[in-house]
Amino acid sequence: MAEVKCTTADPKGVLTGVHYMDGNHAACEGALAAGCRFVAGYPITPSTEVVERFSARIPVVGGVFIQMEDEVASSICLQGAVWGGLKAMTVSSGPGISLMQEHIGLAACLETPCVFVNVQRGGPSTGLPTLPGQADMQQCRWGSHGDYEIIALSPSTVQESFDFIVDAFNLAEVYRVPVFFQMDECVGHMTEKVVIPEANKIEVVERRFTSDSPEEYLPFKPGSDLVPEMVKAGDGYRFHVTGLTHNEKGYPVINAQAQHEMCWRLVNKIEKNAHKIWKYEEDDVEGAEVLVLSYGISARVALKAIEMAKEKGVKVGRMRLIVVWPFPEPRVKELAGKVKAIVVPELNIRGQIAREVERVVEGTCKVVRVPHAGGTVHDPDQILEAIMEAVK
Amino acid sequence: MTAVKSVQENPVEEFLRTDRLPHVWCSGCGIGTTVNCFARAVKECGIPLDDLAIVSGIGCTGRVAGYLKLDSFHTTHGRGVAFASGLYLANPKLKVVVYSGDGDLVGIGGNHFIHAARRNLDITVILLNNFTYAMTGGQVTPTAPLESIETTTPYGVFEENFNLPHLAASCGAVYVARWTAYHVMQVKKAMVEALNKKGFSFIEILSPCPTIYLRRNRLGSAVDELKYFKDRSVIQHGADTREVGIDVRRPDKVIVGKFVDIDKPDYLTAMNNHLSKVLGDKYVRWGE
Repeated sequence: MAEVKCTTADPKGVLTGVHYMDGNHAACEGALAAGCRFVAGYPITPSTEVVERFSARIPVVGGVFIQMEDEVASSICLQGAVWGGLKAMTVSSGPGISLMQEHIGLAACLETPCVFVNVQRGGPSTGLPTLPGQADMQQCRWGSHGDYEIIALSPSTVQESFDFIVDAFNLAEVYRVPVFFQMDECVGHMTEKVVIPEANKIEVVERRFTSDSPEEYLPFKPGSDLVPEMVKAGDGYRFHVTGLTHNEKGYPVINAQAQHEMCWRLVNKIEKNAHKIWKYEEDDVEGAEVLVLSYGISARVALKAIEMAKEKGVKVGRMRLIVVWPFPEPRVKELAGKVKAIVVPELNIRGQIAREVERVVEGTCKVVRVPHAGGTVHDPDQILEAIMEAVK
Repeated sequence: MTAVKSVQENPVEEFLRTDRLPHVWCSGCGIGTTVNCFARAVKECGIPLDDLAIVSGIGCTGRVAGYLKLDSFHTTHGRGVAFASGLYLANPKLKVVVYSGDGDLVGIGGNHFIHAARRNLDITVILLNNFTYAMTGGQVTPTAPLESIETTTPYGVFEENFNLPHLAASCGAVYVARWTAYHVMQVKKAMVEALNKKGFSFIEILSPCPTIYLRRNRLGSAVDELKYFKDRSVIQHGADTREVGIDVRRPDKVIVGKFVDIDKPDYLTAMNNHLSKVLGDKYVRWGE
């Protein structure tokens, strides 16, 4: 089995230096640094700056930007590019991401390594094109039909929009899954200092191309980590891939056994490797009475509430999800045994992450949702109130 | 005693995934005939097999990719052209062929079809037109002629259909031909030409669906349909594509031939030329 090979970024795509830019621009630069050389996109607020910048940058880096006729097209065009040998992404927001769902399933089924950037806005439908939301957090996990797993990351800062999209591309290559980069309008449009390191300081995962001969190669034969090796079109492998349920050879097999084998592997390759994927940040969790768990822009707003609560003498710990899916289940469970309550502020009403916390803690501690329909961020007082309520 | 070789090897076997046979198509269906033409065209076209890739959508014709021993992609319904666009642009040494049906390519996939033609992407689209969504049991497609009986038009079709050669030509295709499953030599020749054409090439092949379309419309057997194609096809190379529509079932004549064969810069040539002009030496030319 080919091991995961790490190299460093191709300097052609790396704009080393100190910059002042917004999260969307930073995500574009991060993608270029990660080796992304193909973007198929379609304009949609508040994500458009990512593709605008890419369309300006890629001609001098070497690669292709194409504005497709719609998001359905973008979301499969990029997969053609991946099977043609490039690293690729598409970028969108709510309505566009909804249109892309069919091909998220295709990417999961074909195990196409690729990145979907969602600069979240308020929904449903056309919703709030220019204002933030975090209400697509369950959609990115379950949006396409059938059983599969994805990986999702959520940056809180502009610097992270650069740093973590590199991780998103790397994770896509390691696990051959569609990876969601769940930004939000605030992070996308907020302008901050960004430090882009030198290319040789940026770790990049290479595609897991097979070393098998065309005669021995099986496109969906998993390695010990449950991930199969890849090839690209034009290399003489004459391989076949299909969105139908398929066997290791990539041929369609329409029966329950093939379905069992394929779907369980698609799920298990993330679940069994989850401990290698989880990424979160913690502060003051030891001895905390209450834990504030959040992600994206809400995690930043929560910082202020935590500070205010501490001033009132409450021992508050903080956990910020960077990788949201797979969810760091054991750690949240462990912390639940130590605190009175977990407070979960997020820009959606139904507690899209809070209900995952509830599921995981199984009643060990209280889970306090801090819902918000989006359109702006929480008032820190709202979160503070939830914290104070939680420690009562 | 030497063994007698009782079965002669099929001359197109090397292009087929024989381990997947028998195929799913009904007896009398025209798809297999066109695949035979395609295999022969592949043999003749001069393009190395490793540089050919085939993409299909969903449906009966959508299964073609799965039987050809090339890099082959069975994608989603109607989106083969969009997938092919990315595959080709990422790896322009490839000749990418999209082989799918009428419902797939110009029903659900119509938007991708017209835009790929407009961009003049250097891909070949082979559309097998059997006037129905056959795999799902025979629902109306955008090509179904007036009064056709389909499962979702039990009282007959009353909406206008597409004239596909005209659609492709007016969107910018540089090569447009129509043949039928009867015209096997012409189909093969058109495929060779299309494969070697720089830019968006399009072939419509009219094909019998005896199990569903012909039966439900009481048009007889596959043989009757082929006889009809033989008797009523009129070859008019260079015909005005506005005049080649098939608006009723079994019209008195079906115009076939090579309607368009023109030259203009394909997408990548245009991209490279334009960006070189604007950006000069800073531009990294792509795919050359």
